[in-house]
Amino acid sequence: MSRDPDFEQEVRRVSRRSFLWGGLALGGAVGVWQAILRSPRSDGMLAPLRAVNGFNGALWQRMFREGAQAPTFEPSLAGARFNGDIGLRSPLNLADWRLRLEGLPGGERLLTLDDLLALPRTEQTTELMCVEGWSQIMTFAGVRMTDLLDALGSPTIPPFVGMETPDGRYQVALDAASALHPQTLLAYEMNGRPLEPRHGAPLRLAMPVKYGFKQIKRIGRIRFTERPPLDYWHARGYDWFAGL
Amino acid sequence: MPKALRTKHSLAIRWFHWINFPVLLVMIWSGLLIYGANRVYRIGVGDWTLYAFDTAFAERFNLRFRLAEGMAWHFTFAWLFVLNGAAYVLYLVFSKQWRHLAPGRGALKGAWRVFLDDLRFRRNAPEAEGYNSAQRFAYSGVILLGVLSTVTGLAIYKPVQLSWLTAVFGGYQSARWIHFWITGLFVLFIVVHVLQVIRAGWNAFRAIITGKEVVEES
Repeated sequence: MSRDPDFEQEVRRVSRRSFLWGGLALGGAVGVWQAILRSPRSDGMLAPLRAVNGFNGALWQRMFREGAQAPTFEPSLAGARFNGDIGLRSPLNLADWRLRLEGLPGGERLLTLDDLLALPRTEQTTELMCVEGWSQIMTFAGVRMTDLLDALGSPTIPPFVGMETPDGRYQVALDAASALHPQTLLAYEMNGRPLEPRHGAPLRLAMPVKYGFKQIKRIGRIRFTERPPLDYWHARGYDWFAGL
Repeated sequence: MPKALRTKHSLAIRWFHWINFPVLLVMIWSGLLIYGANRVYRIGVGDWTLYAFDTAFAERFNLRFRLAEGMAWHFTFAWLFVLNGAAYVLYLVFSKQWRHLAPGRGALKGAWRVFLDDLRFRRNAPEAEGYNSAQRFAYSGVILLGVLSTVTGLAIYKPVQLSWLTAVFGGYQSARWIHFWITGLFVLFIVVHVLQVIRAGWNAFRAIITGKEVVEES
């Protein structure tokens, strides 16, 4: 077998150049990886990832269609799954409970459960999607957010809505469009019965356009704000928008 | 016989390939971190389980309690995966190089013969110019996997805004199941692909770096 030195040299020359480029590209990729891993955290998430996830959220918020509705199911398919009691561990006297509303024109309001029961009642059976990956078809009944705001004479609201438990330990932040979605309910019933304490009695949020962690149980206070309010899981590395 | 260098992979193809490789690894790893919060999948039928991707699996690979981290990586690198993949497909279309990958007439039979040959059952793989039938199925199939993983991913990502898409895949849990097993097929592809490159040898590996392969001129 004859060897051609010129040809062998040509192969080596072509290979050397390409492998050099390959080495540089590999070094660049490792550099990017290391830079991301070593970046500071922003609300519990590595800053570059937070930036892209924030962009994703803003993009979907702009593309959010209030007309797009979550699929509904037969109430007979409804079940229950319990997950999470942050904000529910403090004692609560249901007789003393009031819903405090802040940030609407006309000042602060305090509503009783009877005030809410007197408003139009909406019932819906939708699939609650947990960020963990499981989902559960559930029936909720309560007052549409839009019906409540109409009754209060404030059909339009500031860009953000913050909700928290009476003890202030659990908070969620919402964009106005999601809060005004026709399937966003302040629910007082689940699967045909009054809410159980562990599912958020006396009042919880049921909104299929967001993951379960935004559907706060045992609401004590709702604030309408110009700036994004505190959000428990956002502060711990989760996406702010969390819209489905 | 004299040897010559022949162009096998264009520069664009090599960039698409080598960008995709680490990005796909990050997608699989971050996807497993997400899946680690809901460990429900297994290989089995009825009561019989061959292998369960259960809590023990998740703990072995340190996948538990890393959901927020997994989602953050997944929805960042998804951009690179989709943009690079879309650029690759557009390049194949406009350069007409899709013809090198698309299985032609009689490809199913040809692929079966290549498969038997690879497993050393028979030595009768048909002579092929360029990619053989089995390679054509594998390389076209993996593009299909990329498209399917993207659309099932979107069906899981926005099951309300895109509820029609989620419905196409049989609902939310069904879309998640399909998305998980598409990843399984990706892993299978990677394993077979790497083994085949090792078998084919240095000339094949060098070609995806340099673009050139050494051929014997007749």
